[in-house]
Amino acid sequence: MSTTQVRPARSPISRLITPRRTGPRRGSTLLRHLLWVAIAAVAVYFVSYGIDPFRNYQLATVAAYLCVTAGLTMLTGLNGQLSLGHGALMACGAYTVALAQNEFSDRGVLGAWALPVSLALGVLVAALAGALIGVCAARLRGPYLAGVTLAVALVVPAFTTRFAGLFNADQGLSVYVDPAPAALGQYFPPERWQAWIAIGAAMLSLLIVANLVNSRFGRAFKAVRDDEVAAKLAGIHVARTQVLAFVVSAGCAGLGGGVLAVISQSVSPSVFGLTLSLNLLLAIVLGGLGSLFGAAWGALLLVLLPYLTTEVTRGLSLSPGLANKLEGNLPLAIFGLTLIIVMLVAPGGIQDAFRALGRTIRRRF
Amino acid sequence: MLRIARRGIVVAACLALVAASSACSDEAPSSSGGGTAASVPGVTDTEIVLGTHMPLTGPAAAGYSKISPATKAYFEYVNANGGVHGRKIKYLVEDDGYNPANTQTLVRKLVLEDKVFAILNGLGTPTHTGVLDFLKTQEVPDLFVASGSRSWNQPEKYPTTFGFQPDYTVEGKIIADFVKKTYPGQVVCHMGQDDDFGRDSLAGVEQVLGADGVKEKQKYVTSNTNITPQIQAFKAAGCQVVISATIPAFTALSLGTAAKLGGFKPQWVPSSVGADYTTLSGLLGEGKVLLEGLVAPGYLPVSTDASNPWVQLYQKVNKEYNGDAPFDNNIMFGMTVGYLTVQALLKAGKDLTREGLISAVESGGFKNAAVGPYRYSASDHSGIGGMQMGRVTGGVQAAFGPVVQTDDGAGPVQEYTEAPATPTSNGIPAV
Repeated sequence: MSTTQVRPARSPISRLITPRRTGPRRGSTLLRHLLWVAIAAVAVYFVSYGIDPFRNYQLATVAAYLCVTAGLTMLTGLNGQLSLGHGALMACGAYTVALAQNEFSDRGVLGAWALPVSLALGVLVAALAGALIGVCAARLRGPYLAGVTLAVALVVPAFTTRFAGLFNADQGLSVYVDPAPAALGQYFPPERWQAWIAIGAAMLSLLIVANLVNSRFGRAFKAVRDDEVAAKLAGIHVARTQVLAFVVSAGCAGLGGGVLAVISQSVSPSVFGLTLSLNLLLAIVLGGLGSLFGAAWGALLLVLLPYLTTEVTRGLSLSPGLANKLEGNLPLAIFGLTLIIVMLVAPGGIQDAFRALGRTIRRRF
Repeated sequence: MLRIARRGIVVAACLALVAASSACSDEAPSSSGGGTAASVPGVTDTEIVLGTHMPLTGPAAAGYSKISPATKAYFEYVNANGGVHGRKIKYLVEDDGYNPANTQTLVRKLVLEDKVFAILNGLGTPTHTGVLDFLKTQEVPDLFVASGSRSWNQPEKYPTTFGFQPDYTVEGKIIADFVKKTYPGQVVCHMGQDDDFGRDSLAGVEQVLGADGVKEKQKYVTSNTNITPQIQAFKAAGCQVVISATIPAFTALSLGTAAKLGGFKPQWVPSSVGADYTTLSGLLGEGKVLLEGLVAPGYLPVSTDASNPWVQLYQKVNKEYNGDAPFDNNIMFGMTVGYLTVQALLKAGKDLTREGLISAVESGGFKNAAVGPYRYSASDHSGIGGMQMGRVTGGVQAAFGPVVQTDDGAGPVQEYTEAPATPTSNGIPAV
């Protein structure tokens, strides 16, 4: 506990974060990260062939969430800004992709370029929305910031209803997506194609976030998080740094939302409600705040935990009366219980628990 | 760089292993039809696996969460009596919480992982719309969708999808026809949910009353429970009859809000979707006196009509196989879906294939608890085409008047004269 007396008081968020390994790394950061991406891409390519279509679909969903959690963990973990509105930013991306894809399809101008263009538009719109929120957010702290972003999360259904002609209210829109290229073969499962798209997007956002974090900007993010006055004295423009973090994070959320729209081929406001925003926050905290590996754990949990709880409850044999009461509710209860247990056992998140385990093993041997 | 190189070698070695263990070619999927029963997904000599998505939790769970247990209970009843052509029906229910994103995942899980033979009675327009293309690609029968959207009736576009209940346009026409005859000269208004439900209903109403026959049209969304502005607009327009395409919660909310405004007592005529007396009185509590005189159409016998042979059969099954759950129209709905499914499976014959099931449904001619005819044919995948009006008197909902039928186009609303069907003596459809 001696460290707390020496160091300046930290914000509650940054106290949750374990300090990363210090010391300079040699070589180009970009090159190192590109190598990682290449390895991961090859790995995923083979994995996607080895697993069945439903697992590919789950993989695609994990990747879509990973785009978002990577950006969010940077914003919350490294820049200290809490956002409860990332679900809404995903909606910006998703609706943009939906409208763009359907517009392309209506005009019959679809081609291999259409999907990347739609996704890029989604990122752009979400980043613009993020810039707007970021400018407000840079003036606010703690609960006030949470309040503003919460309002953003809540505004999505109202927005889609007010402009029902464009967004089709609660029912949402279906998204036209071209089938997998014919060159891949007649029996190429569409789920594998979706997984490739989603993984590609996830790799892109991870690459951008990882490079940003390891750059001058990343160091500025952390400086602002730890002590704004000190950061200001060091010549860092605090507000500008915060807005930048928000914009990049929003762009990632837009990409994730867009990818989600592509793989589920539909968008509707209930998908991007407050629950999603809270779940995203939960995912990064549970995975390990501030770490990209933690973001990956979080994305995996978002998909696997509901799936596994349902599987567990299906294994039980219950009387019809009891089943009527429990069906649907029991998975939710198990979900909540798991979260409580994980937070008790590993308060720093899953990635932190693994690091601690690694340290223990190294010390032993 | 040495460390990176070393790591790279390790990773490459792992990849080589993965690559070696995975087959990198895609074989043609085994034909879903035409082959022997052994190659049909979800069908063995002893079992037929069906799956569904239902809102067991979330905003739409009230009432609707009772449907799939009722269907399951009916299947258990059939299984206990020998099953269908010797096969027992296994019904996998997934809770999507009325969230289309969950539906996407769960239906893929049912089809790709659990390998169900067919998707049955998936509930909800926004939820089910999102999986139509997927089910079409997989050539999975998508039977008796629990929603009155006209989207399910597109045999050219979605050859495997079939509706169940009367679509909202048919219902709108039937309601408007009743209103026109019963309340001539009165000011008619329309309250609709802001999606296919409200839109299709209004289209049906205007088909009969004409575009200027509806004085005030208002819309609501389920995410906003303040509907005072809409009700105020009805009051200002002097509405005497309000036709409403509302789910139960918003039927109750409309009645309650109108009562609170005071001096505004129109005749409410809600859609069958939002008119189950048991659900409504539960929602209104003390205010259930407001339901007195409520008029609404129905396509199944009313659950409180103890003299109806279908109600008697379903109550028996409910008692023995459904933990004696409180008996209401949702259970009537679930059991009728079960009965219809067994009829279709029996008709598809012993060599069960997906194509066989679809042509069995398309051959039509099903008769069961539904008061009107099923319209299934090769060119028509919409469900029940007839309805009967019902009224709440002294706290009891009861049907009255003739059964009428129509189509979703410009066809007339006319009386359906065929006598109602009765269940077989053992409650299981005959082959």
